[in-house]
Amino acid sequence: MTSAAATLAPCTGPAVKRPAMPWVSISRLEKRYRTHGQAEIHALQDINLSIERGSLVTIVGPSGCGKSTLLRILAGILPRSSGEVLMDDRSVVGPSRDLGLVFQSPVLLPWRTILANVSVPAEIQRLDRNKAERRARALLAMVGLSGFEDRYPSELSGGMAQRVGICRALVHEPSLLLMDEPFGALDAMTRETMNLELLRIWREQQITVLLVTHSIPEAVFLADRVVVMTPRPGRVAEVLHIDLPRPRTLAMFNTPEFGRHVSAIRRHFQATGKLDE
Amino acid sequence: MSDAVIKTAHRTTSPDSAEDRSNKRSDWRLSRLVSPVFLICLLASWEGFVRGMGIPAIVLPPPSGVAAALLGEISSISFARNFSVTLAEIIAGFGVGSVLGIVLGILIGQSSFLERTLYPYVVAFQTVPKVAIAPIVVIWFGYGLSSKIIITAMIAFFPVIANTIVGLRSAPQDQVEMLQAYTASPWQIFRMVRFPQALPFIFVGFDVAAVLAVIGAIVGEFVGAKAGLGFLILQKNLTFDMAGVFAILIVLSLIGVGLHGLVELVRRRVLFWSSRAEDKPLNVP
Repeated sequence: MTSAAATLAPCTGPAVKRPAMPWVSISRLEKRYRTHGQAEIHALQDINLSIERGSLVTIVGPSGCGKSTLLRILAGILPRSSGEVLMDDRSVVGPSRDLGLVFQSPVLLPWRTILANVSVPAEIQRLDRNKAERRARALLAMVGLSGFEDRYPSELSGGMAQRVGICRALVHEPSLLLMDEPFGALDAMTRETMNLELLRIWREQQITVLLVTHSIPEAVFLADRVVVMTPRPGRVAEVLHIDLPRPRTLAMFNTPEFGRHVSAIRRHFQATGKLDE
Repeated sequence: MSDAVIKTAHRTTSPDSAEDRSNKRSDWRLSRLVSPVFLICLLASWEGFVRGMGIPAIVLPPPSGVAAALLGEISSISFARNFSVTLAEIIAGFGVGSVLGIVLGILIGQSSFLERTLYPYVVAFQTVPKVAIAPIVVIWFGYGLSSKIIITAMIAFFPVIANTIVGLRSAPQDQVEMLQAYTASPWQIFRMVRFPQALPFIFVGFDVAAVLAVIGAIVGEFVGAKAGLGFLILQKNLTFDMAGVFAILIVLSLIGVGLHGLVELVRRRVLFWSSRAEDKPLNVP
């Protein structure tokens, strides 16, 4: 099922302009680890997944299904037990410079100004300082945080801090943006705004986005494809193609098509008795 | 940390009511009033006790006698010299001990190999009373400044190294992971996260070390010195000038308070982003 989906290019969005070749390709991925002196945990089992360049893929699943583990393996900060993870035809063996990462909490450094926080990846990768600063300022302006460049993280609200985290993930112009429940800690209103903002950023920056969430409506609203995962051991239960037109609007939450997708995913969790909402 | 989170959350979600704030302010005003009153009462009863019981000044001088001795002491020429000698010992010893503590703390904190091989000896060294080592140091390095600086540095060293090591370990895992994901080298992770995160701890170490440095310098002078406030105390003890001894004790405690204030001042400048409650310091005496 997943390999069939892999051949499908997203029919809307910036990806249309590009060849529909897999950009990230995961095959037979397994992850097992041991807890302290206890039994082995089988976190991920036989994950097969392809992500096309320029697409927006969401992963949805109950807590403990290994979605964060999968993201960390892709980010190269967690080793895999077996299987293959290819990014742009190269095996992932460690962190990549071509990657942006957004966690559930913004993880800002409190002693750095907002501008300096956004510049962290550029500083690590020793990119041109002036260029990086211009890009950081432009990104902050894009998310409506102009004028906050010299403030400190403690002066920001949760939504603002998460926006800064997204700017930081984009400052070094990565091709792949990995997001681990980025809006999970935000209130419902801010969350909707951030969803729209992410879609706008994705469109403007023309990047590939892989986003983990446990909100089914959010997964459907954002995605070209939704990857549904089962609880431990984490496996891909289904990959749904979301054919809602783009640009997406909040009004789509109420359309029958949207509802059909949501209930199709929800059925999975009802069948396994693991509804996570 | 959780304390701080709760506190800030409280501050942002429900700002203190006006009543609450005025309560706090009057509480603060009361403490500002009671504190000096307490001191005055203590001094008055001390004065009254000495005079009423007819205790000789060579046993316990009255506060008025101490004040007179303090004034006389400060205006004398020899005091300025002795004061500057001791102050130099304290500051140099504090500086050497702190720098050594930070450098060794960083080396040990960054390498688990060094932590296993070297740190046990550092701890073992700490258990040896420095006062007992002081005579040896004076024999090795003489009666001058250097022996006092070494003794002071030895005492000031440990709180700084211990806090540095704990502080370097306190970096939140998610911050480290974030930097790793952006391909940061271990040195970059140290510079961008571990060291800044260790600073609140290091400053607690400085604070303890500053107070201990005063003790170190005086211990060194007691063992053998030609000048300094400790040397002056010994002299005054010999001539039964109790009021003079008390006067110097006051000067010493003022030096300690001054150093503490200085550390606090620098800390507020450097750690503007860290609230006091957030620190989880290791208070090693």
